[in-house]
Amino acid sequence: METRELNCIVCPMGCPITVTLENGEVTSVTGNTCPRGEKYAKQEVVAPIRSVTSTVKVLGGEWPTVACKTKTEIPKGKIFEVMDALKGVSVDAPVNIGDVIIENVAGTNVNIIATSNVKAC
Amino acid sequence: MLNYDLVIIGGGPAGLAAAISAKDNGIDSILILERDKELGGILNQCIHNGFGLHTFKEELTGPEYAERFIKEVLGRKIEYKLNTMVMDLGKDKTVTAMNREDGLIQIKAKAVILAMGCRERSRGALNIPGFRPAGIYSAGTAQRLVNREGFMPGKEVVILGSGDIGLIMARRMTLEGAKVKVVAELMPYSGGLKRNIVQCLDDFGIPLKLRHTVVDIEGRDRVKAVTIAEVDENNKPIKGTEERYECDTLLLSCGLLPENELSRSAGVDLSPVTSGPIVNDSLETNIPGIFACGNVLHVHDLVDYVSKESTTAGENAAKYILSFNENDSPDRVVKINTENGVRYSVPAFVRPDKMADNLTVRFRVGNVYKNVNLCVYANDTLLQKLPKKIMAPGEMEQIILIKNKLNEVSDLNTITIKIEEA
Amino acid sequence: MRYDVAIIGAGVIGCAIARELSRYDAKICVIEREDDVCSGTSKANSAIVHAGFDAVPGTLKALMNVQGNEMMDKISKDLDVPFKRNGAFVVCTKDQDRSALDELIKRGLANGVKDLRIIDRDELLKMEPNIADDVTYALYAPTSGIVCPFNLTIAYAENANANGVEFFLNTEVLDITKSEDFFVIKTDNDTFEATAVVNAAGVYADKISAMANAKEMHITARRGQYMLLDKTAGDHVHSTIFQLPSKMGKGVLVTPTVHGNLLVGPTAEDVPDKEGVNTTTDGLTSLAPLSSLSVKDVPYRQVITSFAGLRAHEKDDDFIIGEDSQVSGFYQAAGIESPGLSSAPAIGVALAGEISRKLSFSAKSSFTETRKGILDPDTLSLEDRNKLIKENPAYGNIICRCEMITEGEILDSINRPLGARSLDAVKRRTRAGMGRCQSGFCSPRVMDIIARETGIPVEEVSKHGKGSEFIVGTNKEL
Repeated sequence: METRELNCIVCPMGCPITVTLENGEVTSVTGNTCPRGEKYAKQEVVAPIRSVTSTVKVLGGEWPTVACKTKTEIPKGKIFEVMDALKGVSVDAPVNIGDVIIENVAGTNVNIIATSNVKAC
Repeated sequence: MLNYDLVIIGGGPAGLAAAISAKDNGIDSILILERDKELGGILNQCIHNGFGLHTFKEELTGPEYAERFIKEVLGRKIEYKLNTMVMDLGKDKTVTAMNREDGLIQIKAKAVILAMGCRERSRGALNIPGFRPAGIYSAGTAQRLVNREGFMPGKEVVILGSGDIGLIMARRMTLEGAKVKVVAELMPYSGGLKRNIVQCLDDFGIPLKLRHTVVDIEGRDRVKAVTIAEVDENNKPIKGTEERYECDTLLLSCGLLPENELSRSAGVDLSPVTSGPIVNDSLETNIPGIFACGNVLHVHDLVDYVSKESTTAGENAAKYILSFNENDSPDRVVKINTENGVRYSVPAFVRPDKMADNLTVRFRVGNVYKNVNLCVYANDTLLQKLPKKIMAPGEMEQIILIKNKLNEVSDLNTITIKIEEA
Repeated sequence: MRYDVAIIGAGVIGCAIARELSRYDAKICVIEREDDVCSGTSKANSAIVHAGFDAVPGTLKALMNVQGNEMMDKISKDLDVPFKRNGAFVVCTKDQDRSALDELIKRGLANGVKDLRIIDRDELLKMEPNIADDVTYALYAPTSGIVCPFNLTIAYAENANANGVEFFLNTEVLDITKSEDFFVIKTDNDTFEATAVVNAAGVYADKISAMANAKEMHITARRGQYMLLDKTAGDHVHSTIFQLPSKMGKGVLVTPTVHGNLLVGPTAEDVPDKEGVNTTTDGLTSLAPLSSLSVKDVPYRQVITSFAGLRAHEKDDDFIIGEDSQVSGFYQAAGIESPGLSSAPAIGVALAGEISRKLSFSAKSSFTETRKGILDPDTLSLEDRNKLIKENPAYGNIICRCEMITEGEILDSINRPLGARSLDAVKRRTRAGMGRCQSGFCSPRVMDIIARETGIPVEEVSKHGKGSEFIVGTNKEL
């Protein structure tokens, strides 16, 4: 049996949550005050996920960079692999919100998409 | 001299929402004045996500959130001028603005909405001792350099202040290859959202030292090291607790200040607590027809609330423009007192006869409170008692005042919001 | 490179001497270690043009101060530098001896200071309502003034440059040797030869003097820490409010600056490090209680920055001005602490006169006595301002939102003679970055403008010269 302490990040309450695991399976969640907290805690201890936001270079744009993000969350352990995949990547202006910059980044089955507009200049 | 019904100073989230709402409430002659080269304000450099959970029920990044409002503004054909700095605002609602193309222009407005936002507290205002080398940035300046210009302002970083921008930048700099050594926070609690502490510091093993401040900055040309120390109950550094961190960069995330130089020039009364205008329930200042919303009014932690508040300001400015009659007798006003840990409220006054049926009042508390009751009194009558598990200075609170309930109280002369023990 | 005169140090003293020497037909250069003029003591002081009642009669300090004060109207007009005679008070509290004020008046009279008088609390309160409750009497010196020390130094330098003086910035003097009839000055860049050398090296004047085997002197760096308050606090006092002077200097003063801020300071601490321009917790926290002895309710919440400067204190407590007693052709302008800024015009004229007579320089007819500063569009009418923007749209583009400085002014500061190459240099010339947000908003924008105008990558733009660059790399490529 293993217990993990975490701070819930679902809402500003920030409940301290205790999760108990047995053989990698969650057996109990305590300390949360709502069902969303339970869901978060289970995900967080079994397979934590995060969104990654960053920038890539733009060629010929009115700004030298465009903002981008993983379209959905990716495994937390893959954050730095995703960042590595963004290294050296550049796109040509114009770029629009939602444009796919990298498909299936770092083997996560998640695309990197643009989150800002950069006009050509 | 140009003439507009409504001039909105600032094209960030507050100005955009106010413009949309004013237009939807019947005002066609609107001009937004924006000093930057695009609409959207500071959201354009806030490329992290977490925006819009309340408004759109999804997590957006800053530029994505801004884009939704910009589209609404463009769709309504609301006029705006970019790269335009407002130089002066007169009591008579004459706006003096300047840009490269028009030169210095004067605009006469029937109503003005102040939506200028806020600025960051600088090193100087914090009285941080030491040398004055390159490598000391406010977190927002660093954010602009990294997120918009693609430049890294440092490799090894110490952050003072655990405000949200500082936390967000701790993660950003880390992801882009810098080493963030420590975040020091003067207060016994963080000024940022819990989720940011978990996702921006804990995820990357960045220590947060509460009750610590910077006591020395070394380096004549570029920052070489920063020394932090623990502080006592008077926030004075405790000798012997110094820890020295070699680094080339110090980021400051020590609070935001509403930017009210223009308000002051127009004679708008400002609150010493919020540094923003003192407004009534329509978000109108002491100068009739000048309204305020967003971070120029009081600093928010969630942009969703900025948009909501600004929608209210736009609606009220529209009402003012459409129904203004100088022969109207002055409104009856009742002050909202804030006591026992409630630091201020926006609005600070209500007009019981004209207020919205359900009026949102936003406020902050001065300390961390657990298991307390938030109470609202009309004169001495208890109107509401809300049990609160936790309230913290970093999180803006709100309550709803119900017009009918208030008006049931005879001889209403004060409304009081305070924290009581459960 | 052979010069008639090489001046070491481009502070206000070196630049004033350069400008006064540029009246003559001679080859002059100024050698400066930093990336800009006005980078040492001249940039961090009280910015006061003292009346001259403080210095001991008969000293060079007394003589130069009173002369310099009288010259300031003309020089500030000729060189287009903001200067205002706002008057000063030395206040005496109920616990202090009033006779100290009488002593100051006596000194002032001996030094030739005009219009000094003692006033009582009632009269003082009419002029300065925020004076501390314990103040009983004050010495009033209406000829005291405030000046922009950056502008004064830069104006001297620009005018000298326009009249043919060459400036070598980023050049540190390493050694000075004397051959038969000229000096050889070794630096970290070039080697210079000069018939005469002027030592205007501020806190390093003792080192420079030693290099030339000239008079032995001991310059102690005496640090002064200051706090600068927002312009909203600028009218807390209207005159400069001094306390009774002590052995360590004139005490903590409270004064408006010529640009409308409020300045409080300095402390006085001898520091071993000639580079010790750091502020300290103890120093900064000492200012509020000290200032409250003369002025009450200083709104310290409105502090926008703090800084420290070093006074070049010589152990004999007086300026050392003139040809060295041991090495002929080597001229000292050393030990210039307060009232150095006030004395600068007089020191410039005195030393330039001495050198020109010795080297038999003749006046040149082409000398231009005036210099025009950077245009402040705020001084124009709406029509004129619009005409200017039409001709040059950069004047319609605000870069520094706090001080309302336009791109046009910043371009002027970069493109004029001895133009700015760093953010601090732009700041000293235009005030961009000097306001309440302390460059948080304008610094990325000014960096872009400097890079564009000088043709360097943004990564090379610095705060104050090499080693103080802002950018360390690009995203993902550290």
